[in-house]
Amino acid sequence: MTGPSGEDLYRLDGNGAAGVLQEVFAVEMTTASCTCPACGRVSALGALHLYGGAMGSVLRCASCDTLLLCITSGPAGHFLELRAILHLQPQ
Amino acid sequence: MRASPIPWLSAEVLEIVAETPRVKTIRLAVPGWRRHLPGQHVDVRLTAEDGYQAQRSYSIASPPEEDGIALTVERLEDGEVSMFLTGELRAGDRIELRGPLGGYFTWTVEQGGPLALVAGGSGVVPLMAMARHRAAQASRIPMHLLCSWRTADDVIYRDELARLAVRGDGLTLTHTLTRSAPAGWRGYTRRIDREMLLEVLTGPEARPLAYVCGPTPMVESTATLLVSLGHAPERILTERFGPTGGTS
Repeated sequence: MTGPSGEDLYRLDGNGAAGVLQEVFAVEMTTASCTCPACGRVSALGALHLYGGAMGSVLRCASCDTLLLCITSGPAGHFLELRAILHLQPQ
Repeated sequence: MRASPIPWLSAEVLEIVAETPRVKTIRLAVPGWRRHLPGQHVDVRLTAEDGYQAQRSYSIASPPEEDGIALTVERLEDGEVSMFLTGELRAGDRIELRGPLGGYFTWTVEQGGPLALVAGGSGVVPLMAMARHRAAQASRIPMHLLCSWRTADDVIYRDELARLAVRGDGLTLTHTLTRSAPAGWRGYTRRIDREMLLEVLTGPEARPLAYVCGPTPMVESTATLLVSLGHAPERILTERFGPTGGTS
């Protein structure tokens, strides 16, 4: 089977960041939609590509790989870098 | 930015059931639990005596109709949390968890179908929650479940899946074994490919909702094949487990 290799093997779905996203935004965020400013793709945060590690979570556009959202976590809290346009709909 | 608290809940282990030599189901009573949706997960946090903490996400295997929750956990040789959960944990112990989390990879009977579910190894867990929910609701929504395993010994929920598939209520079950098959095996014996998806799943003309869960390479190759067969990308939901070296 041809498939991802190297770093790509560790690619997850934005849905996997539900816990930390909810810590930061205080609401369930994986069903919120976002627009990639680079390619214009609109998708749920849960459908973005997630790269995670002990230090934080990086969410990239599933189409063009642009970095859309980065959460760095530490004892002092979370640092959020946000480059996407988020559409939030109260549930 | 200060974290908004999602409460950590203290869950009591009621029962641990061996599914395969590498996989166990942990039944938990969780005071304060909010009813979940099939497909959601929890974060589990372990704290060592010296304060060191490790946290992992696990899909919920049980349907919302059941009391408490069940997690089905595969032992990963380099996974400190899964080694503890499948090796050290005993009935009566308590673990910390928070959830339910993740509204994206979920399905309830209200969403309708038909459904095309594809699992690689322990990727079957959130899909099992959907199948159990469907059965608990006496739903007849067509559900085709394709499961890829390394060997017959790796099949999780074997008997329960077989029972669900003989109810005659619209659920079909297909297994494929990718490494070795026992004598007399009549199912597929290869990795998921285009022909298999064509033979097993509802075609794109019926606009099925597809849920694909398993190791990252398996999920990505399956999703790519589904798109190439004409399935609508926005109706294909994926849950990648990473490189796990799992049982696909």
